[in-house]
Amino acid sequence: MDFLQHYLLNFICYLPLVGALLIIFGINRDNVKAIKTVATVVAGLDFLISIPLWFLYNPAGAEFQFVVKGEWIPKLGVQYFFGVDGFSILLILLTTLLTFISVYSSFTAIGHRQKEYYVFLLLLSTGMLGVFMSLDFVLFYVFWEVMLVPMYFLIGVWGGPRKLYAAIKFFLYTLFGSVLMLVGILALYFYNSDGLAAVGLPGLHNPATFAIPELYKIAPHIPPQLQFWVFLAFFIGFAIKVPMFPFHTWLPDAHVEAPTAGSVILAGVLLKMGTYGFVRFSLPLLPDATVKAVPWVAALAIIAIIYGALVAMAQKDMKKLVAYSSVSHMGFVMLGMFALNEVGLKGSILQMINHGVSTGALFLLVGIIYERRHNRMIAEYGGLAKVMPLYAMFFMVLTMSSIGLPTLNGFIGEFTILIGVFRANWTWALFAATGIVLGAGYMLWMYQRVFFGEVTNEKNKDLKDLNRREQWTLIPLVIVAFWIGLYPKPFFNRMQPTVDRVVQRVEVALHHPDDAAQRITEITGSAPTGTDQGAGE
Amino acid sequence: MNLSQFIPFLPEIFLAVAGFVILLAGIAAGRRGIRALTIAGVAALAVTAVLTWLLGRPAGGPEVILGGMLVLDGFALYFKLVMIVASAITLMMAAGFLERSSYGGGEFVALVLYATLGMMVMASGANLVSLYVGLELMALSQYVLVGYFKLEVKSNEGAVKYFVLGALSSGILLYGISLVYGTLGTLDLGGIRDALGAGVSGNTALGLGIILVGFGMLFKVAAVPFHVWTPDAYEGAPTPVTAFISVGPKAAAFAMFLRLFAGAFAPEIHSWRLVMWMAAALTMIYGNVAALTQNNVKRMLAYSSIAHAGYALIGIVAGSVMGTWALLLYMLVYTFMNLGAFGFVILLETRGYAGEQISDYAGLAKRHPGAAAGMLIFMLALAGIPPTAGFMGKLYLFSAAVEAGYIKLVVIAVIMSAVSLYYYFRIVLEMYFRDGEEDVPAPLARDRWLEAMITLCVVATLVIGVWPAPMVGWARHGLIALGVG
Repeated sequence: MDFLQHYLLNFICYLPLVGALLIIFGINRDNVKAIKTVATVVAGLDFLISIPLWFLYNPAGAEFQFVVKGEWIPKLGVQYFFGVDGFSILLILLTTLLTFISVYSSFTAIGHRQKEYYVFLLLLSTGMLGVFMSLDFVLFYVFWEVMLVPMYFLIGVWGGPRKLYAAIKFFLYTLFGSVLMLVGILALYFYNSDGLAAVGLPGLHNPATFAIPELYKIAPHIPPQLQFWVFLAFFIGFAIKVPMFPFHTWLPDAHVEAPTAGSVILAGVLLKMGTYGFVRFSLPLLPDATVKAVPWVAALAIIAIIYGALVAMAQKDMKKLVAYSSVSHMGFVMLGMFALNEVGLKGSILQMINHGVSTGALFLLVGIIYERRHNRMIAEYGGLAKVMPLYAMFFMVLTMSSIGLPTLNGFIGEFTILIGVFRANWTWALFAATGIVLGAGYMLWMYQRVFFGEVTNEKNKDLKDLNRREQWTLIPLVIVAFWIGLYPKPFFNRMQPTVDRVVQRVEVALHHPDDAAQRITEITGSAPTGTDQGAGE
Repeated sequence: MNLSQFIPFLPEIFLAVAGFVILLAGIAAGRRGIRALTIAGVAALAVTAVLTWLLGRPAGGPEVILGGMLVLDGFALYFKLVMIVASAITLMMAAGFLERSSYGGGEFVALVLYATLGMMVMASGANLVSLYVGLELMALSQYVLVGYFKLEVKSNEGAVKYFVLGALSSGILLYGISLVYGTLGTLDLGGIRDALGAGVSGNTALGLGIILVGFGMLFKVAAVPFHVWTPDAYEGAPTPVTAFISVGPKAAAFAMFLRLFAGAFAPEIHSWRLVMWMAAALTMIYGNVAALTQNNVKRMLAYSSIAHAGYALIGIVAGSVMGTWALLLYMLVYTFMNLGAFGFVILLETRGYAGEQISDYAGLAKRHPGAAAGMLIFMLALAGIPPTAGFMGKLYLFSAAVEAGYIKLVVIAVIMSAVSLYYYFRIVLEMYFRDGEEDVPAPLARDRWLEAMITLCVVATLVIGVWPAPMVGWARHGLIALGVG
């Protein structure tokens, strides 16, 4: 048990890497069957060994659990520091599940250079898991960038007609955001230790560290001026990833050109890294700047919700429609988060999971029909419900999940967000509700055009319904969708400590904007001693 | 005259003698002896490295030898070993290339050894004159090496440009040295530091002298606006020579740069810091932007090396202990990743000047997956993407600059490294996303020495990227004696 506690995260993170190395060095590129088997087994095993996290995590226990810690770059105080809380566990499980599904769903979709394909998919998985597990800023940054490379290749090699453009655009956008984030990280780091003497900022003279739990402790000391700049640096990095309007333009390109599995991972996991970054870093570390940023972020989020929905409505291509619906849904997540109250945040986190499940599944479904017809235009279809009843049923369930029908996951997420947002500002809630209506509009309209009516296109007459493998890629996601829709309590329980931490900090900043000592007392639970050398300077 | 005072100088003496012997042996051996002479050269470098290791660590701390001309300290030891490794890798990479070309012989090996000798003197110089002599020895050897393919127009053109501009910059450097000497009355670095520390500042001639020395050094590291020779020299030179001059002499120039500006001129930092700041910013911006449009890989890597000089200058601008050891580490990292990248260019040049266009890389991943994966790692490293050594090097440099408060410079640097990804990935794009034009791909020349060296560079790039602690410790140890540590 103890052994498990210590090494579980390492196993989960590096198992896909080991699998990738095994494929690179152990299997000939012509032995496609063995490659697929190894990739599937490794991804499946990774999901299985990540399940204990769900049960072993104790919401009432330590802030971060399953901690793995060691010196990495001693001179800078960089640590190899893994650890998870309820929030990251949810995202880790989502990642391992979607990785397995992506591998499993690619058997027939990918016809060339299969060895490299599965290697990149597994490497991508290691990178994503590392992002959610890292509690050291530099380690986090390393995984954040490492993950870009395999995604770049997945889009660039196996993508659609404009893959080259989409791949490099994806890479450069994310990279621009993340390098600025690095500057913000360094500024925080030096503020915590020796200070930035040249710009007149004395430091706190704590031991130099990039460890997130340590930096959480100094959050109330950080002067608002520094908070503003660091927040801005982080914001660009995370907002590009989410993506928030107006940084979203890479997303339709990347989504549309990526192969199905790439889109699933992109929508399911990569976008969540942006929102994860906000909840993990920006909000609890920089509460003052967060509070000041609320109107701006909320405005951008509302624009994303409405704009994404309107653009989605105008799409003729199914995949593009789902891609723009992501912009709209992620706007929801951001709006709920920046309501900065408990309910809004909980809804926001849950909606991250929901979006991963529903949109991931929708991309899978679009991929399935594309594999049969090599065409994604809505106008090409019609009456599919008669030809492919099973497919139509799955599509219906996931459409409903996406637009927030009660008993399905989307409802719980959107409803919780709306309550939180309403508490913060009722006009925002009004806009958000409009977004929900629009969302129902474009999804149902697409469903109607694709599935109802008579089969008008000759080519669609003989389409095969879902086979066993395709069903099994979708069933887990449908189960999760119903689970969250019917009994979301275990999810809410697990994210409680994370939410509490954020809300507590932000509310203090909200209510005592100018009283540093008061803030420190409320957050640390004791009078300001020990860690507050900086306050007096 | 007591001969025992030359004992600490033994590595350099040995290297000089070995160079002569190989030069003479080369005359007898002709073109058939390339491999044997290369082995002799690498062996000579290995012996030099061992001698340097044994004699370069005086028990009682840094030691000034030869009447104050040279100093033996951790800093010198570090740079000497980096340079020797770079030269040895270059020789191994060059052997097969020279065999395939219509040039080559003992003088190539000898010239590389002489250049190495010059670099070693630069790394341990304690006097403006010895530094200058080392610099010229290195530079003269390089001019010849660049023009080594004497019947190729490009090679000649590069060499002449390099020589003319190099001579000009040496003149500027000397003029600066003379002004410094004229105002302070000493050529000894320690003496200059003491004099400046005692407060002679405010003297116009002295300030001008320091700035002129700075200009000379900026030329040697190929910083904007003194970079114009670089693309032509890099493109024209035989590729192994390009590989060599892009790492070894650059490391040596930065070693001298640090001796002068982090050591001797450190008390006057306020008078030259702004100049270096602007040079660093301009170099990063110009190098990276100009590299975007290059279609010739060697020219692209030339501009990329200009850009990397800009990153390295950040360490000098920071002017702190951390900045200095970050620069030391960066030189090591840069040596491996740049040598590796050029190694691939050599690998592709099966004959003469082929394999230089970016489009020549099309479809490489399909035909030679191993080679493409190696090149991918070097491109990632040069762009500073983890988990490669390039990221670690930049992390330290940027940390040093943020610590010193140069946040704007770091913002420029990080944005420019994002820009750099675009041109590095043009090669990756060709390798992985496009198919080659010919139906039957040209086989890569089988060159086991070259492949071994590239593998070495790949391993070093990855290992330093994943586990940098030992190298960092060593680099940090290296500057205890510099006067800043």
